[in-house]
Amino acid sequence: MHSFRGFLLKEFYHIFRDRRMAAILFGMPLIQLLLFGFAIRNEIQEVNLGIYDQSHDAVTREITDKFASSGYFVMTQELHSRAEIEHAFAEGSIAEAIVFEPGFATRMIREGRANVQVLTDGSNPNISKIITGYTTSVLQDYRNTALRTAEVGVEAVPLMMFNPELKSVNLFVPGLMALILMLVSALMTSISITREKESGTMEVLLVSSLRPVEIIVGKVVPYFLLAFVNVVTVVALASFVFGVPCRGSVTLLMLESLLFIVTALSLGIFISTITSSQQVAMMISLAGLLLPTILLSGFIFPVASMPLPLRMISNLIPAKWYLIIVRGIMLKGTSFGYIWKETLVLALMATVLMAASIKKFKTRL
Amino acid sequence: MSEPVIHTDKLTKRFGGFVAVDALSLTISGGEIFGFLGANGAGKTTAIRMLTGLLAPTSGKATVAGFDLYSGSEGVKRNIGYMSQRFSLYEDLTVRENIRFFAGIYGLTNQAIKEKSRQLLDSLKLVAVADTRLASLPLGWKQKLAFSVAILHEPKIVFLDEPTGGVDPVTRRRFWDMIYEASKQGLTIFVTTHYMDEAEYCDRLCIMVDGKVAALDRPDAMKRTFGVESMNEVFIQLARSKKTE
Repeated sequence: MHSFRGFLLKEFYHIFRDRRMAAILFGMPLIQLLLFGFAIRNEIQEVNLGIYDQSHDAVTREITDKFASSGYFVMTQELHSRAEIEHAFAEGSIAEAIVFEPGFATRMIREGRANVQVLTDGSNPNISKIITGYTTSVLQDYRNTALRTAEVGVEAVPLMMFNPELKSVNLFVPGLMALILMLVSALMTSISITREKESGTMEVLLVSSLRPVEIIVGKVVPYFLLAFVNVVTVVALASFVFGVPCRGSVTLLMLESLLFIVTALSLGIFISTITSSQQVAMMISLAGLLLPTILLSGFIFPVASMPLPLRMISNLIPAKWYLIIVRGIMLKGTSFGYIWKETLVLALMATVLMAASIKKFKTRL
Repeated sequence: MSEPVIHTDKLTKRFGGFVAVDALSLTISGGEIFGFLGANGAGKTTAIRMLTGLLAPTSGKATVAGFDLYSGSEGVKRNIGYMSQRFSLYEDLTVRENIRFFAGIYGLTNQAIKEKSRQLLDSLKLVAVADTRLASLPLGWKQKLAFSVAILHEPKIVFLDEPTGGVDPVTRRRFWDMIYEASKQGLTIFVTTHYMDEAEYCDRLCIMVDGKVAALDRPDAMKRTFGVESMNEVFIQLARSKKTE
């Protein structure tokens, strides 16, 4: 036990004396959270709008005013021809153009309907879709006020539950937690073990009276603690700086995070048993763990919209299950009763990986 | 001669179809400096890894420090020291921290660690740099420290795997003085080397060729047998006879 304490102390020396390591461990979570929180947003605040009004009547002016006052749009220019629209798009001065047909108000009164054409820049389909959504709702809003007394109809009133303001930071925080934990736990552990192999100190450790289990546990405990500190920091920052809620039990969230950390640590140990070079360990961790965690877990791209083979692969990615759990607890206030299946999957992954790496670690001797 | 501290009987290691160490039978007695020679790939490192418990033998028997290699691995571990060709100390720890750490993992008590650290820093004249990180020390110092750390827990045998690789001749000579000193106090030294001048310093030599023992004797007796002046020539003759086969 005494020698084990010394071992832990040594691990902490390694971490705090290596500036790069310390920077990755403590700086990265902060920088990523601030980046994702402030810079990367799905919501669009200022859409540059061009209007090609061929009618210039009371109705088109009223609609135009509605756009201007909605808060989402900035009127950048009045357009006078189709060619001008195309030019403005090419130049990038507008993100959307609205075309009112000639005789708009007259048609509306006489025929009960008039046409508005909405043009967006399809080179970025995601933004286009969001802008179109804003536009439709402004037009809908106008129609409702204009026709309130006149007509009876079905009105759809959408509400995004759990995230009514559609704040993207709410979406990113759980993903970010998964990413940071993966990085700290798996990448750092695999690097720290392979480093001992490279420097030849691993042999001395194995020859010493430390048991292999003690070596593994000693390697893992510091990262376990640091990863947990990171979770707490991210959740606290997300809540205080960005107002991300934690509607469910914080204790449950922390326990689930600990489980995910164990899974990631087991992955890290496993990686270090299949290679003895830091470079390879880093490559495997980055390409084999971080990319799937970002791309296939549902962090950025929804799993549901992936083709079947990718959806099947995504089941193998621990972060996918952790994301479901964290989103559930933080945003929906889900209790354990609804996420026990995901928890079980993570626990199973951790057990299998841990068993496999301990077996590999031993047979290597 | 005293009780044998290492005894192996037809110790063999196979990697698939390749026989790295072929039926190695040795008896090494206490206080002996035993040199283990061979070209690269002759099986030296494999043999050392088996004797230190890092690698399980395919077949054969062995006892190290009186403990069976298979059933008494804990006893073996307590009684051996090991220093690899890369010195195996931590560059980002200070001299004192290194001593403390290795003393700790070899199971010394706090009291003993303090005592030993002080003694060691004194005898190696490292007091002035005790709190300096190892990375900034000269190679020769690290090497001396690595050796001292490997025998800190007073093992019966110390295994040195090419301990003088990449070190200048003067430093090498000083290192061998340390080895002699330790051997005089009863420590058994099992050393592998590439340098033939170092081979002459050993009490007994074993020359490995392709996993087999090609010669096993005292250096002067070996030279007489082969009718040559230096160990270098013995080695070349052995290597050549292998080739003409």
